[in-house]
Amino acid sequence: MSLLEVKNLQVRVEEREILHGLSLTVNLGEVHAIMGPNGSGKSTLSHVIAGKPGYEVTGGEILFKGENLLEMAPDERAAKGVFLAFQYPVEIPGVATMTFLRTALNAQRKARGESEFSTPDFLKKVRAVAASLNIPQDMLRRGVNVGFSGGEKKRNEILQMALFEPSLCILDEMDSGLDIDALRVAADGVNALRSPDRAMVVITHYQRLLNYIVPDFVHVMSKGRVVKSGGKELALELEASGYAQFEDAA
Amino acid sequence: MNVVLAKTETGRALSDIFAIARDRLPGAGEVADLRRQAFDAYERAGLPHRRIEDWKYTDLRVLLREVLPSAAVPDAAALKRAGTALKLHAIAGVRRLVLVDGVFAPKLSEMADLEQGLSIRTLREVLDAGDAALHAELFTPENSDAMVALNSAMMTDGIVIEVADGAVLTQPLHIIHIASGAVPAAMFTRSLIRVGKTAGATLVESYIGADAAKAYQVHDSLIVSIGDGARLDHVRLIEDSREAFNISSAVITLGANAHFNTFGMNTGSLVSRYQAVIAVVGQGSRVETNGVNLLNGRQHADTTLFLDHAVPNCSSREIFRAVVDDRGHSVFQGRIIVRPNAQKTDAKMMTRALLLSDEAEADNKPELEIFADDVTCGHGATTGALDDSLLFYLRARGLSEKEAQALLIQAFVGEAIEQIANDALRELAISAAQRWLAARG
Repeated sequence: MSLLEVKNLQVRVEEREILHGLSLTVNLGEVHAIMGPNGSGKSTLSHVIAGKPGYEVTGGEILFKGENLLEMAPDERAAKGVFLAFQYPVEIPGVATMTFLRTALNAQRKARGESEFSTPDFLKKVRAVAASLNIPQDMLRRGVNVGFSGGEKKRNEILQMALFEPSLCILDEMDSGLDIDALRVAADGVNALRSPDRAMVVITHYQRLLNYIVPDFVHVMSKGRVVKSGGKELALELEASGYAQFEDAA
Repeated sequence: MNVVLAKTETGRALSDIFAIARDRLPGAGEVADLRRQAFDAYERAGLPHRRIEDWKYTDLRVLLREVLPSAAVPDAAALKRAGTALKLHAIAGVRRLVLVDGVFAPKLSEMADLEQGLSIRTLREVLDAGDAALHAELFTPENSDAMVALNSAMMTDGIVIEVADGAVLTQPLHIIHIASGAVPAAMFTRSLIRVGKTAGATLVESYIGADAAKAYQVHDSLIVSIGDGARLDHVRLIEDSREAFNISSAVITLGANAHFNTFGMNTGSLVSRYQAVIAVVGQGSRVETNGVNLLNGRQHADTTLFLDHAVPNCSSREIFRAVVDDRGHSVFQGRIIVRPNAQKTDAKMMTRALLLSDEAEADNKPELEIFADDVTCGHGATTGALDDSLLFYLRARGLSEKEAQALLIQAFVGEAIEQIANDALRELAISAAQRWLAARG
């Protein structure tokens, strides 16, 4: 059984069809890159997998560990192991990062019927992960993402990924707004989480990110469909020739 | 003018009730005259209604309909019920001063071993004793507001606290109003705290009901004077029965270089109104007045503040948050007047409401009247729903809809709660908010 099976997915937003029958299969241990020009539907796919409201699925299905993902609330999906690293992580003033992390982790554990973490165990775990990602302690005391730089926000997403230990990580345009040093730190964090028990879907417009997070498979999206799939060399090919050829193909 | 006399359940006019009660009310001579004048003023006006600008959003002729007769003096069974209710709302480390059905309850209160410089008496004692100056101070609130006048006429008891010059109290004082009885009745109380020069005190007021007590009426008032260089921290927690009425007024006067930090939280009662007049009459003083309403069902809560800057070089901050669910209705009226002489006044007011349902309502009415030309004043008011993008982020991290809402609501009210200076009292307000959120399910 595959971890994630997207079959002939059709999605509308406000009467406009964005995805016109998209299919994608991801197995544990694999890293897939999804590339494509703006407006090809990459972010829509990530939002629909995570359960963001406002999207109407008009056809097809998504199976996660064999279960119908589309019937689950976003929090159920998170507890089952779906994690979306946001392109633009939101700022939540008044909610301390530490409080947020503990509430979220314990909510997921509770939903899975696991015991909640004790405060000392939790603190130990967060501190260890934060140190490995170069996240200073004072950042954890601040409001969630409030006053964080672009790089800090992305590192905070990776911190959560490390803490929640999801089986499917979707990284939505992780490279947007990051300079090359910040990108390297974030990519190192992601690479450390690669595991045979986990799959990743890396959504990006640019090939650059894939120099740091090297995928097993590359899919090219255009106009709401996957128009070509291949190995990591496909990304380099795109870098040389651009997306134009695929736009015609779609 | 269309005068409507308030009728009681038994059909008797309130004036008859007053006529019967007046002989038993504390205070003779001048006090009795002042009561008579106050009652006449109330009778002329009747219950405030929507055509009176200050009461526009809280029409007591519709919401309260009638003033109930005074509650009976609590018997042993009433005190027992009150004692049980008290256990659920006891705060550690404070001096408890308990009023049951509007009457001081010595057995539930702690009157022994007062700190140096602290004097506590009951209103009944003070009105019966012949202290003309204190009597005058107790009748400071003007009869121009009908509910204040009614309270002046009918007040039966309360706590009179005096903190001597230079005495900085370490233990907060906690006045607890408890309604004990199953028979709906009214309680008329008035308390006073006078904080001497360079003195300091912390006062907490709680309003609660015993299990049996439902649709009772609280009619309370508080008179505060803060001397030069003195500081008062003040917290009000309204946790009355969900069918109760709480009509409270306060008059606060600050001397020079004085500091008043006040916070009110309303999670209880069906209809509540808190109207406070804060007069800053000494230079260099600071006022922080903050509050939170957490409402659902058909609750109606009105906070009406009038801040009077009469002298130069003073500052004031008002931060108010309302969270309204179901068919709840929150009202905030904040009026700031900066008189011609009050140069260098720094006054700011910010009020925000969060509506959790389509039928919830919040009315914000900020009013700034500025007659001085060298001041910094501002106000802001917003009303909105929870941010969908924040909710989705939290849900994508595993929080249920209710958990995500609860976290965002706590953050929303947090800014006002954080202004409470005393750590223990701040925790108390946080836990009151958490109880409200937990009760939402």
